[in-house]
Amino acid sequence: MARIPDRQICLDLLGRMCLIRRFEEEAGRQYQRAKAGGFLHLAIGEEATIVGTTSVMRDDDFLIGTYRTHGHALARGTPADEVMAELFGKETGTSGGRGGSMHIFDAERRFMGGYGIVGGNLPLAAGLGLASQYKGEDSVTVCMFGDGASNTGNFGETMNLAALWELPVVFLVENNLYGMGTAIERHSAVTDLSRKAEGYGIEGERIDGMDVLEVRERVGAHLEEVREKGRPSLVEAFTYRYRGHSAADPEVYRDKSEVEEWQQKDPIETFIKACLDDGVLNDDDVESARREADETVEAAVKFADESPEPALESLYEELYVVSETMGWYAVDERSPEPHRGELGEDAPDVAKNLAESGAAHAAEEQERQSREGVRD
Amino acid sequence: MSPDDADSPASNEGGTVELRMREALRDAMTEEMRRDEDVFVMGEDVAVFQGAFKVTEGLLDEFGEKRVRDTPISENTIVGVGVGAAMAGLRPVVELMTVNFSLLALDQIINHAAAIPYMFNGNVRVPMVIRMPGGGGHQLGPTHSHSFEALYLQIPGLLVACPSTPADAKTLLKAAIRDENPVIFVEHESLYGIKGEVPEGEDVIQRFGEAAVRREGTDVTIVGILKMAHVAERAAEELESEHGISAEVIDPRTLRPLDLDTILESVKKTNRAVIVEEGWPHGGVGANLSTLITEQAFDYLDAPVQRVTGADVHMPYSRRMEQAAMPHEENVIEAVLAATDGAIGPKGGD
Repeated sequence: MARIPDRQICLDLLGRMCLIRRFEEEAGRQYQRAKAGGFLHLAIGEEATIVGTTSVMRDDDFLIGTYRTHGHALARGTPADEVMAELFGKETGTSGGRGGSMHIFDAERRFMGGYGIVGGNLPLAAGLGLASQYKGEDSVTVCMFGDGASNTGNFGETMNLAALWELPVVFLVENNLYGMGTAIERHSAVTDLSRKAEGYGIEGERIDGMDVLEVRERVGAHLEEVREKGRPSLVEAFTYRYRGHSAADPEVYRDKSEVEEWQQKDPIETFIKACLDDGVLNDDDVESARREADETVEAAVKFADESPEPALESLYEELYVVSETMGWYAVDERSPEPHRGELGEDAPDVAKNLAESGAAHAAEEQERQSREGVRD
Repeated sequence: MSPDDADSPASNEGGTVELRMREALRDAMTEEMRRDEDVFVMGEDVAVFQGAFKVTEGLLDEFGEKRVRDTPISENTIVGVGVGAAMAGLRPVVELMTVNFSLLALDQIINHAAAIPYMFNGNVRVPMVIRMPGGGGHQLGPTHSHSFEALYLQIPGLLVACPSTPADAKTLLKAAIRDENPVIFVEHESLYGIKGEVPEGEDVIQRFGEAAVRREGTDVTIVGILKMAHVAERAAEELESEHGISAEVIDPRTLRPLDLDTILESVKKTNRAVIVEEGWPHGGVGANLSTLITEQAFDYLDAPVQRVTGADVHMPYSRRMEQAAMPHEENVIEAVLAATDGAIGPKGGD
């Protein structure tokens, strides 16, 4: 483990990792209670990679991730209330209940989103980097993606373009050894993913993604180098998710013993031990970090639970910006009324009827699920 | 509009100049790039080569490599880089060399450019333009002759422009660049060389969602897009002179938003509609529009809506076969005669 930083930083790292762990455990529970729907991808076990990375990013650096990014938003400072509310599909969620677990977003903290399509965020990261370069700003984009994404066409296209244009992007593979249920030896011809950088003439490095201090130190070094030289680099962080790919994963592809083995290297426990051994933190610090995480997450569930559902009238809002260049649009052209001048809030009857019957259906289903106490 | 506008020299405001469509498009980009530093152009061979169809001619010289960027052949990533740059405040104009290659970028166009503003609840916008020339007629065979207006028309969150004249090309492209939404800007390869009067003036734009009535008429409404807007007009002339049928010709100019009111008003007057497009028949522009007309003006129709489309095959290479697979004036006239069924013109009342 790298050199222990000062007390304030240690408290911060511990607090954020505990928050993610606690948040994800609770999200899993709320999913079982059918409070959260859709897919749920938990990052339990991957806290050090996330927190180590965000802890060395500047406020004006961009972060962009995958469909497993509750923790990335939390680490960037997005309130747990808003992330949980998004999982609950509520109006107060980071994306107003439109994105869900896979599509958390927080422009204010330059967390430029979670994305549901594997590899889909890579070109966007290059675009964010291009914007920094174009405007003459020295912000760097950190693009996090999984080992599976390193096989997509977007990976090759984006690495080439980013290297060619010397874009300030740190590409960070969260290598958790599985692309969904397919082990890395079975999905990638070259399993040392850092070597994939070679073909694009950029630096690649493997790091221990379970060690928050190593992540901090090495990603920090990459960030500074990219910031200075304006060339991208590739970091492969070894990490592991204790839970399945998503909440609907029976995990037939790996042994329990493998999970247990990784849990011996638990990023939070090993960090706590190092801090206690060093004396920079004491038992009370650890206890209070855990208690604070518990309280924050408990409050987040309450907030999400009590938040209102998105208003039906908002179904068509935010689809377009209506401005000088497009003074109107047809919400749903099947309306028998004249169309010009209609805005989102003036959705025609055909659209309103669709929304109302759909909402009624959702309410019935929710009631049934809560009555039976389980989800489908 | 930027505060600088007041200081800009107004060049022959209110006048027009004759330009080819490719020049009109180039002028739109040039003017917008002069007006707004955040506007830049990127695509395959747009800079040094000056565009596969020479639409970006001269841009590199004036604006340099920072703002006129040649890209690798990586369509999905080119569009994605544009989306990311737009999310961070730039205004990219992405050229996909052809409509055909846009298929490689569908994930970024649909799952990202179109979805992001809504998916993130309006907390970020994607103000970008994706230009793509397409259409058949150049013996380029099955992979290089596509018309995909109907495909893009289906996607919520996108705007879709399909200009048929140099004037619309310039003024719609300027509007597209200034707009806050992602815009699919479809151009027709056969129209790049046509000439037309183009309005001058930096701030002359054509708003999206305003159809043009190219020709007024009373007996039938013909709706045509891109090259088919011209085919429709020529067919209308012949219908007048040879058959005594007065056709109203409408060019929607944009398919999203669609100026349905202008079309419906016309149909309510003529009681007949013919829709002409180059693309495939199933799920096409005409299929959509004929449904809308049938749903909303059924009581006004004296005949079923007719669709004139490209053949339901992959575009063959042979000149003869290719022409057989594309709609022509004769097909439009035939469709109009079917819609009027002898009720109008010299033979009317027989």
